Amino acid sequence: MNVLVPSRHTTSEPPWVRRFLIGVALAFIGVFLVIPLIFVFTQAFAKGIGFYFNTITDPMAWSAVKLTLLAAAISVPLNCVFGVCAAWAIAKFDFRGKNILLTLIDLPFSVSPVIAGMIYVLVFGAQGWLGLWLNADNPTFPALANWLNDHNFKIIFAVPGIVLATIFVTVPFVARELIPLMQAQGRNEEEAARVLGASGWQTFWRVTLPNVKWGLLYGVILCNARAMGEFGAVSVVSGHIRGQTNTIPLHIEALYDDLNIAGAFAVASLLAFLALITLGLKTWVEHKNAAALEK
Amino acid sequence: MLPGFKLTLGFTVFYLGLIVLIPLAAVFWKTSSLTWADFWHTVTMPAAMASYRLTFGASLLAALVNVFFGLIVAWVLVRYEFFGKKILDALVDLPFALPTAVAGITLATLYSKNGWIGHYLEPLGIKVFTTQIGVFIALTFIGLPFIVRTVQPILEDLDPELEEAASSLGANRWQVFWRVILPMLTPALITGFALAFARALGEYGSVIFIAGNIPLKTQITPVVIMGELDMLDYGKATALAVVMLIFSFVLLLTINVLQWWTNRYNTNNLA
Repeated sequence: MNVLVPSRHTTSEPPWVRRFLIGVALAFIGVFLVIPLIFVFTQAFAKGIGFYFNTITDPMAWSAVKLTLLAAAISVPLNCVFGVCAAWAIAKFDFRGKNILLTLIDLPFSVSPVIAGMIYVLVFGAQGWLGLWLNADNPTFPALANWLNDHNFKIIFAVPGIVLATIFVTVPFVARELIPLMQAQGRNEEEAARVLGASGWQTFWRVTLPNVKWGLLYGVILCNARAMGEFGAVSVVSGHIRGQTNTIPLHIEALYDDLNIAGAFAVASLLAFLALITLGLKTWVEHKNAAALEK
Repeated sequence: MLPGFKLTLGFTVFYLGLIVLIPLAAVFWKTSSLTWADFWHTVTMPAAMASYRLTFGASLLAALVNVFFGLIVAWVLVRYEFFGKKILDALVDLPFALPTAVAGITLATLYSKNGWIGHYLEPLGIKVFTTQIGVFIALTFIGLPFIVRTVQPILEDLDPELEEAASSLGANRWQVFWRVILPMLTPALITGFALAFARALGEYGSVIFIAGNIPLKTQITPVVIMGELDMLDYGKATALAVVMLIFSFVLLLTINVLQWWTNRYNTNNLA
């Protein structure tokens, strides 16, 4: 630290400027974040607590909750494995085309959710690749076409499409958290473990994983929040059948379109609550991360 | 030498190919079934042109507003102490964490004629609900964290000696900010701007409720695509999607170059 600290006012602003800037920041955050957040919860209980519980325990709402949990339960672990693999390859090894791979991992973030849903309709829909192969009159794979028909197996406008679209939009989350973290940690510790006789798996479980656990958790939290809240992509591939192919966000839209505003906000409050938990966990993990770095 | 390179890289490429690249290729495959004239006719139809103007205009304006206020929020969070700072800091990420459909119905109801904010604005002649201003408000909301979160770490790492040097050489506080601090924050501000802009271009859920669905007036490009999909006109939908994807890819490349520039700039300053 400097021994000679120049007089305070030369490197800071006059008190009135400070107060003004704090006021502007608070007003901006207040209007754009705090008011909407409070608004969700007040609207949710606008018709009383009985109405609130009736809405969120309605069978249609429960089916939406179950579908959302299912989509998250499949997409989060898959993208977690992907993120760990991608981070291991990118952070621990040097190879050509690394920057291209990094850009490709980020790709789902820059694709509009509507397009993310649409691409699966183009692949699996009746007019898409799969549709052409399984064309009723002249299928490329007759046996597969018959089997799918017999079992009434649908991907688009059904649950598998919803799961696929959710996986797509959440691909980058875990990888993005882990890659910079593992790059910063380098490979010395892992190499030391190997020299001391640890196997590849032991090195990963005992050395790498403990080092990145908070980053991994952080990635999983963000991935889960997006998986449970995805709207646009899921909206394209869902059949919008209440009780069958509506996730929580789609159920909210359906209630809103019915002009059941209080009902829409009651269900929305579940996701808003999840968002608050996400923010809380995120702050806690960042705190843990900072503590781990100082050690 | 560490093991697992082939396995992990192989799985990474396989997974990306299966989930992201092959399905994305389907867009270009489907578009190739259109003639060039059909493609051009679709991407230049009045509804599409109006949607590009709105999407780009509102995204640009929202990102610029966020650069200004985002810088102030980041500045206040890094440099000042005040009551509730930790909560404010955590809240900045709300637009990342709050599902877009929730944000959408909240903003729509809040700014409607009887909403908490709408009923103050309507008597002033400012109509937000189902207008282009509504689109701008929604895009400002979702772009808010990007600038704060890109500027904040740079501001934290800024060497105070530079400011001390400038002020001991006679610069006043405003000159120090304008000539010393702001140039060092510029790469981060541009990166944050590009990230917010890119996110806004593709945004759907938070916009549609407040924008309504008025052709030629409040339809953003993803809504026009959604309309074509609902009519099962996949050719038109994919043609419009190709236009959006090309813009997104160019922006993604720009952002990567910008981030490389920011990192280099930052490392040079710290070195």
